[in-house]
Order: sequence, then structure tokens, then C-alpha cells
Amino acid sequence: MRALIDVPLMLLVTYTMGFFMYGFYRQFMARIQNRRGPPIWQNLYDNLKFFSKSETLSHGPMFFLGPMIMMAGAVTTVLFIPMLKDTAWLQGFSASGNLILVMFLMVVGPLGNALAVGASGNPFGVMGVTRGLTRLMGLEVPFFLGLALIMVQYETVSISAIMAAQPTLAEWTLVTNPLIFLVVLLPFIASLNASPFDVVGAPVEVYSGPRVEFGGRLLGILMTQNMMLSMAKYVLVVALFMGGASNLLELFVKVFVLFMLTASISAVFPRLRTEQAVDFFWRIPLGLGVVAVILTLWI
Amino acid sequence: MYHKTGCEGFQCEDQTLGADLAGVRDEQTVVDRLVAWLRQRSLFVLAYGTGCGAIEIRPLMTSRYDAERFGIIGAATPRQADVLVISGYLAIKTLKRVIRSYEQMQEPKYVIALGSCTINGGMYWDSYNTVKQVDHYLPVDLFVNGCMPRPEALIEGFVALQKRIADGEKGGWLRYRENLDWYKANQRRVLGANMLPDDTSAWLQVGGQA
Ligand code: SF4
Repeated sequence: MRALIDVPLMLLVTYTMGFFMYGFYRQFMARIQNRRGPPIWQNLYDNLKFFSKSETLSHGPMFFLGPMIMMAGAVTTVLFIPMLKDTAWLQGFSASGNLILVMFLMVVGPLGNALAVGASGNPFGVMGVTRGLTRLMGLEVPFFLGLALIMVQYETVSISAIMAAQPTLAEWTLVTNPLIFLVVLLPFIASLNASPFDVVGAPVEVYSGPRVEFGGRLLGILMTQNMMLSMAKYVLVVALFMGGASNLLELFVKVFVLFMLTASISAVFPRLRTEQAVDFFWRIPLGLGVVAVILTLWI
Repeated sequence: MYHKTGCEGFQCEDQTLGADLAGVRDEQTVVDRLVAWLRQRSLFVLAYGTGCGAIEIRPLMTSRYDAERFGIIGAATPRQADVLVISGYLAIKTLKRVIRSYEQMQEPKYVIALGSCTINGGMYWDSYNTVKQVDHYLPVDLFVNGCMPRPEALIEGFVALQKRIADGEKGGWLRYRENLDWYKANQRRVLGANMLPDDTSAWLQVGGQA
């Protein structure tokens, strides 16, 4: 019964947070570049406008199903990550899932993406997907290593239990084991497709890559799923490293702080080439990851 | 003594701008208005850099004139774009590509043409390989005159277009759809044997989804 209210509410919260954060991001970037920037609602306007456009293009059923698979991936990811602790609300289906499941669900998006782009056959799209999959080789190893270390540290795979184990600032994973946070942070930025790891959708190199064939409504769906999945990842990192949140305001503030951190990193570093990015991931985050394994397991 | 009571000449632009939309406004439902308002607030621009005007698009989009504050931002591909900016004279060879780009844009779509070259040929008036009136080949929604219009003029053009969209203008794409044969005949006349294949406009003829 509670799920009936929980599910729409969680989706709504994620969506709202998504367009607010990314609207803020555009203003933030504008200020850095010494201009005014669009209003904070701009992403909402863009998104709703795309839903009101026509979509006349078709490359067969997979082209249509791909975005649906991605959307389904985003929605399920949102629903399997508990948003709050110490309450029965906004838990979604997290009781029947765990961190390992969430790790799997996060890969559904790229899969749907590759299927849709493959169906369209656009060379720029294929180029974008190839870049994405190459980058995935680099980022997944340290990212999942970091998440695995968290599971080892707390000896549980339940996100709620991990949140519950960090009641105060001193017990946050960020404080008790900052090395894991460093290991996860950069792959996390890459998995959000933000600069400096944004080779996949680079607008002037591969003409927005995987999105190149999408116009009207399907592009609207892709934007929505991108915003929601990113927010789900932020909520996950907040839960794992910053002790989760016990009310929506706290969640919002913590996500915002994390968002500002990643946005500032994105704002100052230029785009890396694909092989540079993979190189980087295999060297720094993975190297740190190995050190973190030794520290977490034997010390 | 001369006493000025109303606007004169180009000062009347503001009044004449929306005059033909007076009736349209009242017919709109609340949802129509909301959608129209969202559309004007978010214009993805496909800047087709023909002629001299491409130079003016850069300052428009970057820090100095910052078109993003009006919700105007560059689109990566024609499929994602709402507004096609034709920035100057169109060579016949380019015309083919512009038409192709335009037909791939998703509706509703708008066209802004810059410079006197797009209006009447401008200084390329007697050139052998440019088209004189772009309006004959593509449905232009708004001309910005000048040679070359500065970014301020372009912003004014965009704002005027936004105002018209909010007031319920349907956009030239409907005109293109309804008079497709006329546009195609004009295009065929200049392109000749070089006429583009109709795979991007076929859906307009079979009455594809609007
Ligand atoms: S109107 Fe003037 S500036 Fe514009 S394309 Fe023609 S000649 Fe060039």
C-alpha cells in the first residue's frame, strides 16, 4: 500500500532534484564564464518542450525500445535506492534489493543506448557508443572496486544498513575511509558523463554521440532518464559516503554539496581523449583502489 | 506645428509584429498557451553558417551577448533543433544542404534568415549561383535585415520570434507542409537535375504525424 505513494513520490523527488541541480549547473557554468546564464528552470523548459515536439523518425522497433529500456533502467535504479533512513517512507523497493542489484541496474542504461544506436546505424552514434564502452572499461573497475570495499567495510550489501551504520559525522565513510571516496569520486564523475570524461556525447566531435539520431519526444525521454539516473547515483553516493539523510531537506543539501564538488571539478578540467581517460582510470583511481584494499582488509 | 501622436515607420514594428495574431490568441486553450510558452522559452538553434553571418553567431552564443539567458542554445544536430538560422547568402549548392537539414528537423520548427542577401539577394543580386529570395525555397518565419546584422539585432530577432510563438504563431513549417508542391517546384527550378531525393520530405506528403 505504501509503495503506491512511495513510487510516484520518489520519481517526483528525483525528477525535481534533477532539473533543479542541472539548472543550477548551467547558471554556475555561466557565472564562471562571466555571463548571466539561463534561468534555473531552463532544463525543465527544455525537457517539457521536447515532449511537445513531433518524433517522425524511425529506424525500426529497437530504435523506439532503446530509450524505453534506458528509462526503465533509470526508474528501477531510483526505486531500489532508499532515499531516507530512520523512516519507512521513500524506501521504494530497497528492502528487496541491495547494492549489488543497483550496480547491475546502472548498466541497463548503456545497454539500451547501444541497442538503439545500433538500430539507427548512424556512424556518429556508433562512434559515441564505442567511446562510451571503452570508457566503461576504465571506469567500472575502480568504481565497482570502491563499492565492493564499502560492502567489505560494513559487512553488508544492504544500502539501508550501510546508511544506518553512519549516524554521525565521525562515522561517515568519507571520514572513516576517505581513500574509498577518492577511488569512487572520479569514476563517479565519468559515469555521470561530465567533463573531463565527457567524450561520449561531445557536441562538436561526434555531434552528441549516442543522441545524434534522436529528435523530439525520444530525446525528451533520454533527457529525463539522464537526469533521473544521475540523481539516483548522487543519492547512492550520499547514502554510502555521507551517512544518508533522515529528511528530504538534508538529502537535498547533501546532494547539493556533492553536486557542487563534481561540478567544480567538471568546470575546470578540459575533456580527456578516450584512451587518456582509460589510461587515467587504470592508473590513479585503480592504484588508489589497490592501496585502499590493503588498508581496508589488513589494517 | 507637427505633433507626434503615434509611432512612425519602423517604430511601429512592435505594433505590427503581433497584429496578425490578434485572433489566434483568443482561440488558444490553456494547454496550448502553456505549450507555446514552453516552446518559446527553449529554442535550440541550428546555425547554418552560410555567407558572412556565421561570424556573428559566435559572439551571440558566448560570454559577450550570451543568448543562453533567453533559453537559446546551439543544437548539435538538425534533429534536435527548433530554429534554423540561415546566416547570409545561399549558394545553390548550399541550398540543397540547407533544405535537407531543414526537413530533418522535428516540428514545430522555425527559420530565421539573416542579412539582406536572404531577403532580396543583397549584394549578390546579380550573382549566377546564389538564390535571391530564400522565402521561395524554405518558409522563413523572420528576417533580420542588415549587412551584416549585429548580435544585438539577432537577439532582437530572436525575442520577436519568441513573442510570436508565445502569441500562438504556428510557424512556417505548416506553410511548408501545406504548400509543399510549390516549394518543391521552386527548389526543382534552381536545383535542376541536382534536386535532392525526397526521403526526408516524404513523410510530409503522406501526412505524417504532426
Ligand atoms: S547580407 Fe551582407 S553580410 Fe550578409 S551574407 Fe549578404 S553580403 Fe554578407
